[in-house]
Amino acid sequence: MSTRPPATDWATDFDHLDPRWINDPFPIWEEMREKCPIAHTDRFMGVYFPSRYEDVRAVAYDTEHFSSRRIIVRETPPPRIPAPPITSDPPEHRPARMVLLPPFTPDQIKKLEPRARALANELIDKFVGRGKADAAVEYAQEIPVRLIAHMLGLPESDGDLYRRWIKMVLEDGITNVAIAVQAAGEMQQYFSEYVQQRLKNPGDDLISYLSSVEFKGQKLAPENVIGSLRLLLIAGIDTTWSGIGSCIWHLAKHPADRRRLANEPEIMPLAIEEFLRAYAPVTMAREVVKETAINGCTFKPGEMVLLSFPAACRDPAMFPDADKVIIDRKENRHAAFGLGIHRCVGSNLARMEMTVAVEELLKRIPEFSLDGEVTWSEGTVRGPRKLPITFN
Amino acid sequence: MADAKRLRVRVDQDKCQGHNRCKAVAPELFVLDEYGNAREAGDGTVPVGMEDKAYLAKSNCPEFAVEIIEE
Repeated sequence: MSTRPPATDWATDFDHLDPRWINDPFPIWEEMREKCPIAHTDRFMGVYFPSRYEDVRAVAYDTEHFSSRRIIVRETPPPRIPAPPITSDPPEHRPARMVLLPPFTPDQIKKLEPRARALANELIDKFVGRGKADAAVEYAQEIPVRLIAHMLGLPESDGDLYRRWIKMVLEDGITNVAIAVQAAGEMQQYFSEYVQQRLKNPGDDLISYLSSVEFKGQKLAPENVIGSLRLLLIAGIDTTWSGIGSCIWHLAKHPADRRRLANEPEIMPLAIEEFLRAYAPVTMAREVVKETAINGCTFKPGEMVLLSFPAACRDPAMFPDADKVIIDRKENRHAAFGLGIHRCVGSNLARMEMTVAVEELLKRIPEFSLDGEVTWSEGTVRGPRKLPITFN
Repeated sequence: MADAKRLRVRVDQDKCQGHNRCKAVAPELFVLDEYGNAREAGDGTVPVGMEDKAYLAKSNCPEFAVEIIEE
């Protein structure tokens, strides 16, 4: 991204691919909140950026003026790549969402916890004797890849393929739309074969479930099944990988928090929610489809809105000491999983994976610290992509 | 009558989006349906001693869907 012209002014020319934004967006958002709470850039064919919680919430709740048919800000608009229900608006949204919810309730996710713990330990086994590891590459990313493959009934060994598609859709595809379209085509072909196979021989997996499930007596259209599978694969991996990575990054830098969590495991649920708030990984987008105004700012049809749940989660008007990570914060209405009808369907899975990943790492390797340069992803999902740690 | 104020919780079904935060912080006070959306358990009456949990559930709901009624 070094070839991009640097952003000259965060209020009128922001660029979420600017290296300063990628490495440390928090001071930028703070400045925006004070000076220009709904910023705008002409880059990417026109994008708005609300940085305050109340404005993010207003956009998320307003499906009449802000459509989900485009949820990623790209250099040029791609042909539509549907992944229902995340790319759906009412009224199509509801049936597509309702069928996805039952496999992701807390009770259903609880059943996957033993598999997640075993997986975490298998991964730790590989590097524990070495005294150092890349916690992003060797640990954080592997847990969600393998667990979602397990849920979908896909070979865990195809993880490299999934990661390639995710990078094509969520990173490289931002500036080169053809790459995103190519990934969508490859996924279409890959999943079509599995859907055909599971229709003949159903198993206890999500591909079989989605291929046969009915809502109000109707099966999902085949393209809806494929679209939802595409969504589950993409949304289920990059996001949680980033969430786990950010937890480990924080704990590597804050020994007091690390030791407290090891000694007081009962505060782990509060800590995970706080990490979700402070390092919320996911920024969505909306397309303005009807002109409207929020807090005096006019939103013009055809332009995009970056819906930064991470910025909302750092708004001091909503969260006291918003820039402090308080691992036993008790009142935490964070928006890391979104707000309104598009609340992340996999939120319980993500929480479970983050909890297991942190707990098992702290059990096996209670003391660790950073060991070299950390790099961060760019674009829609924020998290460490290189996270070298050292330990005894 | 020395009765303390009795509390009832209620989940606004139009607002709940299934974040499950209420169920996590106050499992005794809420039930989830097959889609993971929450309702108050029974008639929502908060047993004596669980008032703090009820308020925690309210203050952790991202959708402001949990209400507390003081009776």
